Amino acid sequence: MFVLETNRLTRHFGGIKAIEDVSFKAKDRSIVSIIGPNGAGKTTLFNCFTGITKPTKGSIRFMNKEISGLQPHEIANLGISRTFQNIRLFSEMSVIENVMVGQHTKRKYNLFSAIFHNNNFLIQEQNILQNAFEYLEFIGLQNFADMRADNLPYGSQRRLEIARALATEPDIILLDEPTAGMNPAETEEVMSLIKNIQELGKTIILIEHDMHLVMGISDWIIVLDHGVKIAEGKPEQVRNDPLVIEAYLGKETIN
Amino acid sequence: MFLQQLINGLTLGSVYAIIALGYTMVYGILELINFAHGEIYMLGAYLVIIFLGIFTAMGLTSANFTLALILSIILTVVFCSAYGFTVEKVAYKPLRNAPRLSPLISAIGVSIFLQNFIMLTQGATDRGFPYRFGEGHLYFLNVDITYLQAMIIIVSGFLMFSLRIFIWKTRIGKAMRATSQDKTMAALVGINVNSIISVTFIIGAGLAAVAGVMVAAYYGLINYFIGYIAGIKAFTAAVLGGIGSIRGAMVGGIILGLVEGLGAAYISSEYKDAFAFIILIIILLIKPSGIYGREIDEKV
Repeated sequence: MFVLETNRLTRHFGGIKAIEDVSFKAKDRSIVSIIGPNGAGKTTLFNCFTGITKPTKGSIRFMNKEISGLQPHEIANLGISRTFQNIRLFSEMSVIENVMVGQHTKRKYNLFSAIFHNNNFLIQEQNILQNAFEYLEFIGLQNFADMRADNLPYGSQRRLEIARALATEPDIILLDEPTAGMNPAETEEVMSLIKNIQELGKTIILIEHDMHLVMGISDWIIVLDHGVKIAEGKPEQVRNDPLVIEAYLGKETIN
Repeated sequence: MFLQQLINGLTLGSVYAIIALGYTMVYGILELINFAHGEIYMLGAYLVIIFLGIFTAMGLTSANFTLALILSIILTVVFCSAYGFTVEKVAYKPLRNAPRLSPLISAIGVSIFLQNFIMLTQGATDRGFPYRFGEGHLYFLNVDITYLQAMIIIVSGFLMFSLRIFIWKTRIGKAMRATSQDKTMAALVGINVNSIISVTFIIGAGLAAVAGVMVAAYYGLINYFIGYIAGIKAFTAAVLGGIGSIRGAMVGGIILGLVEGLGAAYISSEYKDAFAFIILIIILLIKPSGIYGREIDEKV
């Protein structure tokens, strides 16, 4: 079964074709990597999936439901969640609050019970706190719950972003360069974290430049260049594809 | 004398503080100075008089004054909140992605509209508050506090306390804080940013309405122009505390009220209004980010 399908997805910015006719399918509970040189349109693709930018043409189907016209918060509530290439935590909130915000829409809530603090409300608040703690344990930050998010070390901030994304209880989680700026040890940690997320039953779509990581964990790889999909397949297929090598290294000129 | 002026200043300051909260909350979320906010306070003052008039005509005020007063206040708050909600939808939301000057001009337009609407429908002359109440006195350490003053301080304190609890402890409060920090990211964790913005305007307008009611009862006289000066002073209070900061608006309002009260007593009451602007100028020169303000990062 496919959780996410795009059909001839196109996004132009004025005369620039950021994405052109991109079609692909992501299998349920798989790890799909999107690779390609800078400016290939990878992040634009993520922005289309999450409703931040509207596609110029084409469709995006999530669980067989067209989502290309929806608002970002509607898509988030359907079950697609993401992280950014540059860290975008709610930096003035504590670590646990960042995760609790992710849980925000996941419980029934009405203003009446919030004002009068009835039982139902208190139980729900308790549940949210407990869930948030579990997500922190999952990424190993449970001892830093009350610290301000921007006081965490860099690698932990990235992991916290992943926890916040998980807290929205998505079916698909989009990770935009989760290992950017990390050292090899931290990269290894993220790699096993991604594996663990897959084991939770989630589909992961990944933008990544670290080829060791990409080749190591991906079930499927999609290669973009100048907004166009130039190849897709299993890691070993993509690795040897002449078009991919050309896009990364340039055309061979020696005869 | 000193303590007496301190109490007078505190009364005034708590009113400034709850108006300032509306400025600071809207600024925190939209980075917009809502110049139409002071007019909501004026609207609140007029509406409570109008509702009391209606209840008098119905005979309710003579039967049970407290009930009539409470009902009038509730209706006033509801109307003003609805007004604040509508203004955001009509005057600001269509300009969400426009250059920052556009909603500012729109705000000034809304403010002029409401002032003139009230002037035309309610007349340009002063209106008196029809009933006196809370005129009993408390004497405490030689200080004379009217019940009404005590009530204003207590109600304001309660509202500020509730707002803090709301923002720090509830889920909507968390969503508001998240939205004020990063609207896109807030939407991506599933928060409906438009409803959070509406909630902000509704709460801000409701607080301003309560301030209007209290001042109408305290001074006993109102006119269509009071929103302007109160708005500017509350704005000063918000800037003094650090615009965008809830705690700052509270502290800024109280400080401004105290400075006015003490300044009027020890320097000259004729300069009463000037103190606010002197403070505004000094703050802008020395610490534009205010007492609790965040230093604004240059956005890339």
